[in-house]
Amino acid sequence: MIPFDLTYHRPSSISEAVQLFEQIQKQGKTPLYYNGGTEIITLSRLNLVFADAVIDIKHIPECRVLDRKQNELTLGAALSLTTIEEANPFPLLAKAASEVADHTARNQITLGGNVCGQIFYRETVLPLLLADCDVVIAGKSGLRQHSIHEVFDQHIRLEPGEFLVQIKVDPIYTTMPHIHIKRRKQGNVGYPLVTVSMIKKERDLRVAFSGVCPFPFRSQAVEEQLNARHLPIETRIVRALQQLPEPILDDVEGSAEYRLFVLKNILTDMLIALEEG
Amino acid sequence: MIRAPKCEMTLMVNGEKHSIVARQADTLLFVLRNYLGLTGSKPGCLNGDCGACTVLIDGTPIKSCMILAIETIGKSITTIEGLHDAPIQRAFVEQFAFQCGYCTPGFIMNAHALTEHRPDADDETIRKWLESNICRCTSYREIEQAVKSVLAEGQKQE
Ligand SMILES: Cc1cc2nc3c(=O)[nH]c(=O)nc-3n(C[C@H](O)[C@H](O)[C@H](O)COP(=O)(O)OP(=O)(O)OC[C@H]3O[C@@H](n4cnc5c(N)ncnc54)[C@H](O)[C@@H]3O)c2cc1C
Ligand code: FES
Ligand code: FES
Repeated sequence: MIPFDLTYHRPSSISEAVQLFEQIQKQGKTPLYYNGGTEIITLSRLNLVFADAVIDIKHIPECRVLDRKQNELTLGAALSLTTIEEANPFPLLAKAASEVADHTARNQITLGGNVCGQIFYRETVLPLLLADCDVVIAGKSGLRQHSIHEVFDQHIRLEPGEFLVQIKVDPIYTTMPHIHIKRRKQGNVGYPLVTVSMIKKERDLRVAFSGVCPFPFRSQAVEEQLNARHLPIETRIVRALQQLPEPILDDVEGSAEYRLFVLKNILTDMLIALEEG
Repeated sequence: MIRAPKCEMTLMVNGEKHSIVARQADTLLFVLRNYLGLTGSKPGCLNGDCGACTVLIDGTPIKSCMILAIETIGKSITTIEGLHDAPIQRAFVEQFAFQCGYCTPGFIMNAHALTEHRPDADDETIRKWLESNICRCTSYREIEQAVKSVLAEGQKQE
């Protein structure tokens, strides 16, 4: 139950969506782009989200694209996580998507919603950071395309009125050796204690984390330590974990000490599998 | 340009058209129960976690507490009231797949979609789909058996 009134808008094009956002804002009201809607609805109930108007972007054709070209994979921001899971155009992303929430919820949760949402796990971002993907963003001055690293730092950095339209992935990343491990406090659904994604590009390992800090991240400093192959695996992991961008989360999902313990084990398994594999 | 917070919407539920005037902010679950009197879909957590509110939208299981009614205009909604002696309903009875029954409509809608869309579902797929629903009475084993019995019956007939 949303405890306030709002109006619902369903634009059929990118320009219509952007114009609607601007017009509503000019009236002194708060618009919000609306994708799967699951976060907007559930957080409104807790008074953690407010909007006078929601602009549903799921019916914009560009947001629904799933296109595999030889030199580019395009994923629309409104694709549901189960669509990505079933089509499996990028196995590491499909694996990460398949571990978010539960199957029915994933029929609704979208890729763009998971990347742009305020719930801080944003687990599908991990493969996207590892694949150095590009993001296509719509705003008042049309479309702009950037490396995800220019736009995503802990969370997506969009200008007011902008929204994420598509993600573009170089297909070379879709066939690299990879591992994705999600550990929960209990059970097989829901938020992670920690999640780690790793790929091997030629000899180098790339790694990204969720549930370790209150934002998902990939860190060059962590990767440098993990790739210091002249050292034993245990030393590399200890040094890598000294490079985390913030102290490890300590919350109801798990203590910092427990997360560190789990993280060390995951990284050990991953390094052994990918370096020997 | 901003429309009134309440508006008329026509929803297609269980094969019938229903025109109502509801808040644009109303969830589908609220509208089904409070405007259409279809109380089979249950409110549980209202947070996307328990699955008691699951309905089918164009055949896909969706948690109706997490979707706006207005979003479903033009789509076909099926609630537990729209199933009539479906194989999964009979299987739930035969396998004793409930105790208090509060979770049952949600489980049945999800399991019905599974048996319709994935007649060849393996154990892993069944587990994955059923994880979307919670049963406080822990009838999980019997629910799984009910699903498997419908799938086995379907495979026998092929
Ligand atoms: C039951 C449940 C379980 C969950 N479990 C997990 C989990 O295990 N792991 C995990 O990572 N997350 C989890 N989440 C969080 C979920 O992935 C996010 O809440 C996500 O935002 C939901 O996607 P949506 O499409 O429904 O987003 P919406 O509710 O539509 O939008 C969420 C926010 O993102 C913005 N937004 C959406 N799309 C765009 C876009 N294209 N451009 C710009 N802004 C946009 C909206 O304006 C809004 O602020 C869970 C959520 C629920 C409800
Ligand atoms: S009431 Fe909808 S998931 Fe619990
Ligand atoms: S039968 Fe009681 S909650 Fe499932």
